[in-house]
Amino acid sequence: MIERLRVAHGPLAFFQSGGCCDGTVPMCFGEGDMPPSAHDVKLGEIGGAPFYIDGEQDERWGQPTFTIDVADGPAESFSLEGLEGVHFVTRTEAPLSCETEPAA
Amino acid sequence: MATTERTAYAAPGQPGSPVELAERYDNFIGGEWVPPTTGRYRANVTPSTGAPFCEVAESGAADIELALDAAHAAKDAWGRRSPAERAAVLNAIADAMEANLEALAVAESYENGKPVRETLAADIPLAIDHFRYFAGAARAEEGRISEIDDQTYAYHFHEPLGVVGQIIPFNFPILMAAWKIAPALAAGNCTVVKPASPTPWSILKLLEVIGDVVPPGVLNVVNGPGAEIGRALASNKRIAKIAFTGETVTGRLIMSYAAQNLIPSTTELGGKSPNIFFEDVMAADDAFLDKAIEGLVLYAFNKGEVCTAPSRALIHESIYEPFMARCLERIQAIRQGDPLDPMTMLGPQVSKAQLEKIESYVEIGRNEGAELLFGGERPHMNGGLEGGFYFEPTVLKGTNDMRIFQEEIFGPVLSVTTFKDEAEALEIANDTLYGLGAGVWTRDGARAFRMGRAIKAGRVWTNCYHHYPAHAAFGGYKQSGVGRENHQMMLDHYTQTKCLLVSYDQNPMGFF
Repeated sequence: MIERLRVAHGPLAFFQSGGCCDGTVPMCFGEGDMPPSAHDVKLGEIGGAPFYIDGEQDERWGQPTFTIDVADGPAESFSLEGLEGVHFVTRTEAPLSCETEPAA
Repeated sequence: MATTERTAYAAPGQPGSPVELAERYDNFIGGEWVPPTTGRYRANVTPSTGAPFCEVAESGAADIELALDAAHAAKDAWGRRSPAERAAVLNAIADAMEANLEALAVAESYENGKPVRETLAADIPLAIDHFRYFAGAARAEEGRISEIDDQTYAYHFHEPLGVVGQIIPFNFPILMAAWKIAPALAAGNCTVVKPASPTPWSILKLLEVIGDVVPPGVLNVVNGPGAEIGRALASNKRIAKIAFTGETVTGRLIMSYAAQNLIPSTTELGGKSPNIFFEDVMAADDAFLDKAIEGLVLYAFNKGEVCTAPSRALIHESIYEPFMARCLERIQAIRQGDPLDPMTMLGPQVSKAQLEKIESYVEIGRNEGAELLFGGERPHMNGGLEGGFYFEPTVLKGTNDMRIFQEEIFGPVLSVTTFKDEAEALEIANDTLYGLGAGVWTRDGARAFRMGRAIKAGRVWTNCYHHYPAHAAFGGYKQSGVGRENHQMMLDHYTQTKCLLVSYDQNPMGFF
């Protein structure tokens, strides 16, 4: 899917949305659409495209592990995969080394 | 309140419904209904059953260009009209909406899933009033004169920007359209509006009602995928401003496009609004306590799909047990059902994707140690609603560092915590990325004032919540966006200042 989007739109970049009406989803934009800022953290790459999250947002989320998946049904947002009739989905897991105390 | 048992409204297109339904709907461009250049249409679903009920245009970038052509053709004449003439058009819009209030309310409820009691009592009346407010604001606008010296004067005029682009969300399709369109037109601009993909249709029913009273090309609506036409509109060199309400990363993208084109932008983004209940709300078992209880339960208003949803309740530890007990009673009494039934208080979420996301957040909350106090599941619905996108009103108790306190869930899920004193309440309230709304509940006016001034949010409801009257400025601090809506000050966002610097001195300056 990422390869298909790259062929159609050129180099890509992912940004993790914080929630609200478009959901807690990864947004897939063209690389030039929105340059990453000094405050964005690059979590890694998927399909060769960088994946960013706002640094403060990442801290508040507890710096979880992200897994990105694809599901049926078009993304309703500005995210490019919507044009292919699918939407990217974020699944998160708490970091393996848990520094927070378990709830009593 | 005594109510007669009214039966549910018939669905649009059904016998007895106030709403007519066609099979497919085009774009509204230049005062006409224009098919999309793509020739493609997309099924539009009602969240109460999950079933499609009509098709709406699935446009491409070329349709945005057509809309911009129409807007540019209309902008000079519209911009030259007197404020009184523009106000007359806005008032005519309001009158036409009022004459069709019930039909618009039913249409919006059916498409979005919000209860018809809310659209009848809040959404549509507020939208109508918004046009009337900006009709008045347009006529009350004035420029300023600066006297530089007795022969030199600066005359300041507010001039329209020309053509603007406006992108609106799904949660209040008609009200959000009114919030954007009214000030843009009042200030003398023409607009191209892109509705949200889950709710492309109820605004078209609005256009059917008001299309005749607006000069052709002044108001244009194009439906289609955000990734293509949202982009085509926001990054277009032919708009003088972009306005956006939606989520935060997309808001950044919009501002990035605006920066590339050197145009102004206003954005209204996400929130995680704290609702703070001090111990004195329980000082008496009176109407005010009842109001405070309702104030907490307002997290379920519009199924929690509100950027300013009071999704974090902060309750003073000394009253937590009795206050929460009263609130849970009230939550238990929430009637969930068909949004077209006037007795329904909680409708379905707008889409399956939203429903799945809400579910995953409840799981995240439980995994991080939050205590489930109420709800947490999809309810079993019957009577044809089995396929609807329903979620139970839910309450989770935890601490502010949990993800369910930090992230915007956008559903009927309340995260509850306690605090010991004013300082801690303030610290918790401000410990968030966002700054859109907040609620403060106390019988102590001085404390209310202190808290209100110290909370970093653009709208602090004090002894109330979810009021959105015109003439009360609304907008975000921090990551909740830039700009203020619902107030005359918005006209500044939609105009530019022309300074005529005039010299009546006949003599040269002496430079050359």
